[in-house]
Amino acid sequence: MPAEKPKSFQSLILTLHDYWSAQGCVILQPHDVEVGAGTLHPATVLRALGPKPWNAAYVQPSRRPGDGRYGENPNRLQHYYQYQVILKPNPPNMQDLYLGSLEAIGLDLRTHDIRFVEDDWENPTVGAWGLGWEVWCDGMEVSQYTYFQQVGGLDVSPVAGELTYGLERLAMYVFGVDNVYDLPFNDPDAPLGHLTYGDVFLENERQQSEANFHGYDVAVLKQQFEQMEEQVPLMLDRSYQGRSLVLPAYDMVLKASHLFNLMNARGAIAVAERASYIGRIRDLCKMCAQKWVEQQEAA
Amino acid sequence: MPQLLLELFSEEIPARMQSGAARDLERLAREHLAAAGFLPEALKTFAGPRRLTLVVEGLPAAQADRKEELKGPRVGAPPQAMEGFLRKAGVTQDQLVEQNGVWMAFVEKKGRATPEIVAEMVETIVRAFPWPKSMTWGSGKLRWVRPLKRILCVFDREIVPFAIEGIQSGDVSEGHRFMRVGRGWGGQPFKARDFDEYQKGLLDHFVVLDVEERKERILEGCKTLCFARNLELVDDIGLLEEVAGLAEWPTPVLGDMDPAFLDLPGEVIRTSMRTHQKYFAVRDPATGGLAPHFITIANVQSADGGKVIAEGNAKVLSSRLSDARFFWDEDVKVGFKPWLEKLEGVTFHAKLGTMAQRVERIVALAGEIAPLVGADPEKAKEAARLAKADLASQMVGEFPELQGLMGGYYARTFKMDGEIADAIRDHYKPQGPSDAVPTAPLSVAVALADKLDTLVGFFAIDEKPTGSKDPFALRRAALGVIRIILENAVRLPLSKFGREDLIAFFADRLKVTLKDQGKRHDLVDAVFALGDDDLVRIVARVEALDGFLKTDDGKNLLAGYKRASNILKAEEKKGWKGEGEAELLPNASEPEVALHDALRLVRQPLAAALEAEDFTAAMRELAGLRGPVDAFLDGVFVNSDVPEERDSRLKTLAAVRDAMGQVADFSQIAG
Repeated sequence: MPAEKPKSFQSLILTLHDYWSAQGCVILQPHDVEVGAGTLHPATVLRALGPKPWNAAYVQPSRRPGDGRYGENPNRLQHYYQYQVILKPNPPNMQDLYLGSLEAIGLDLRTHDIRFVEDDWENPTVGAWGLGWEVWCDGMEVSQYTYFQQVGGLDVSPVAGELTYGLERLAMYVFGVDNVYDLPFNDPDAPLGHLTYGDVFLENERQQSEANFHGYDVAVLKQQFEQMEEQVPLMLDRSYQGRSLVLPAYDMVLKASHLFNLMNARGAIAVAERASYIGRIRDLCKMCAQKWVEQQEAA
Repeated sequence: MPQLLLELFSEEIPARMQSGAARDLERLAREHLAAAGFLPEALKTFAGPRRLTLVVEGLPAAQADRKEELKGPRVGAPPQAMEGFLRKAGVTQDQLVEQNGVWMAFVEKKGRATPEIVAEMVETIVRAFPWPKSMTWGSGKLRWVRPLKRILCVFDREIVPFAIEGIQSGDVSEGHRFMRVGRGWGGQPFKARDFDEYQKGLLDHFVVLDVEERKERILEGCKTLCFARNLELVDDIGLLEEVAGLAEWPTPVLGDMDPAFLDLPGEVIRTSMRTHQKYFAVRDPATGGLAPHFITIANVQSADGGKVIAEGNAKVLSSRLSDARFFWDEDVKVGFKPWLEKLEGVTFHAKLGTMAQRVERIVALAGEIAPLVGADPEKAKEAARLAKADLASQMVGEFPELQGLMGGYYARTFKMDGEIADAIRDHYKPQGPSDAVPTAPLSVAVALADKLDTLVGFFAIDEKPTGSKDPFALRRAALGVIRIILENAVRLPLSKFGREDLIAFFADRLKVTLKDQGKRHDLVDAVFALGDDDLVRIVARVEALDGFLKTDDGKNLLAGYKRASNILKAEEKKGWKGEGEAELLPNASEPEVALHDALRLVRQPLAAALEAEDFTAAMRELAGLRGPVDAFLDGVFVNSDVPEERDSRLKTLAAVRDAMGQVADFSQIAG
């Protein structure tokens, strides 16, 4: 347990890094392609598959273009952070490890009311599902806890346990702040000066919201989506040292997925079309997952 | 006699699956024990957030010894058959005894020790437990609802030793996930060798085993909190059931809500509390309205008396209600017209078009139905046109269960006609067997139109319910139509609206409804066979028929009907066609004359009673036929050698069948 409670958004992240690092996780940096959730990082989607053990933790900036509110809603952002932990195979004491991380960031487990409430997670765009819970702290959902059963339509064996912490929401709770933009980004007593979450991100929310809702050219988005869709199988057909180029192909799937989210935010996708777009992305993801597992099993 | 105690301890079991799991465990254990020849004195199961428990009282230490008689091959059968039999029976040939040319083996079967049987039973149950959804974890292959952590299994105070996929059975259970005596947090293991020790151990470690006790604890706690503040708990049995499955040490905590939110509709506040937060609402007994507080059921009794928990939950609720307020404010800025336009872009079903097209159909239906239920057709059409608009509102987008209700609120906010607002609000009703049926004519018209459109549509594209599958809730819709019609005595010819298969579906649902009221389903068949499609009349007939068949006259007349129709069927098969009226021959016997007279006498009053839809009177008329029919069947030889006599007598019986057939198809009735 760390000597001190974190005092800022960034020290909360550092505390989680320390905690999971001490458990034996590799601490990764965010994936450098736009994603809608930390799960989509190849360190989760691809590494969950195949027989090899894998323990990793990372922060992933996540983009949900439709959630933009021009910086005017205290709880909603189109760009936010998820803290993601993936443990494969999940250790038997994973729940206790998770609770230990809450304690590390300053939650007293006998004063707060922590609950594991049924939530069967699924992400149809990557053909993934698992069983687990939403974790509630005093009635607020602070994490998603999932035992992956399938990814890319393939069985996950051994099972990977996934933890996703909504960092802003968790931080708002830990620091007793009602508006996300008021969160202390760094230590309020830091000698070089203090910045809030708003100082760092408010302008970004404003500009990106406008772009998401009005800026992007729908025709261009559509064209780019289709290009990505075409490129995925071509990339998978290429190989280096006898192995198909799964990792670059998967990046293209992520780009397609983000383009879809942008089109959706622009209101360019009719309700009836939605399911078919999601199906197209899922098919691409399945192709990558299939190849990845073949490679993992051969290696 | 010895006791068996089993606990399957796992990570958190979904609340909604717990009671089913307790029932399944009980059933499976009973079956296994019975198969092993055990008849326990008592068997009980418990389910909670992290454990399934079985306790069985009065099991013997071992099975009784048994003698088994095994029948072997015939004397002189090929040697392979003999070898196979000897292997299977576990005996040598000199132990066999010949009986009637067959070799018999008499085998003493030692009864097995109970722990052995228990070990097998637990493994079989665990490996094939019927969870609605199960999973694997780690590197193992075992499936359970969430990872299974411990198995406690003791019989007669001794551990029953076995292992399932690396989980070794033992005498150790574990307490509350967080609470413990002393400092720190985390489940503490404790030992238990029988149920008393187990229950005490759980209580000492902050776990209430029995769901009924957890519910009591919750209600007691809520009442105490309410009493102290002069509040009243808003009962919610479904929620109680759920929260009792979410906490091992359920501890009600009262929190505050900003009173400014009380200007939102009560249903919105309650739905927000219930669906998102699983809170109980509280009322002010003086006004009967919601009070600005809530009760959450925590899993821990915290040192600060729940202060932090109450504050945290209050904050979450406040942000939820701010969302709801935002939705309300946005919605009243938009209004019905843009919502209706939005419905044009919402697919109802790929084969049934958009929501807007569905609305058009409901409008037409409501206009047709209105005159039949005493509603103004134009108003009914207007209400139907607006009824689905709230589906496009933000509030219903967030809380789908408020559909209709919000439409009603918004209609009133926009100062629309009160009857129309009520019809919008109530047109989904009844939504379940315990939900009330709309009674205002306008609401009845739109509610019927809504359900009939659903039924007609899905039947037309062949999406009928099969077995347990009813994805579009058509059974509920049909039951809704039936209840609205019967409870409001609506005279509606159903065949005007649906095809034959839909009418048959209604018949089926009506049977279920009437069966629940204790009516025989064959009576419904007998009445439906007449081809009537007016549910009110059908039920009146079934009720009269039911009453009639309980009388002596009814039972005997039915028997007579069956005899008569059997005779007729046999003769019709042989080619007899009874054309024209039955003519009484000059030499007719007394019973023939009597039955003729009775039939003639009954004709007019029977027709009048049917015309007046007084089916009890119709039955009374039929009762008059009982004596003459019996006398005829007992005293007259129908298949006379004289063709004229035979023809006349058969025609007489046919006249009986026809007369009775006006009331019901008695051939469908069992008995």
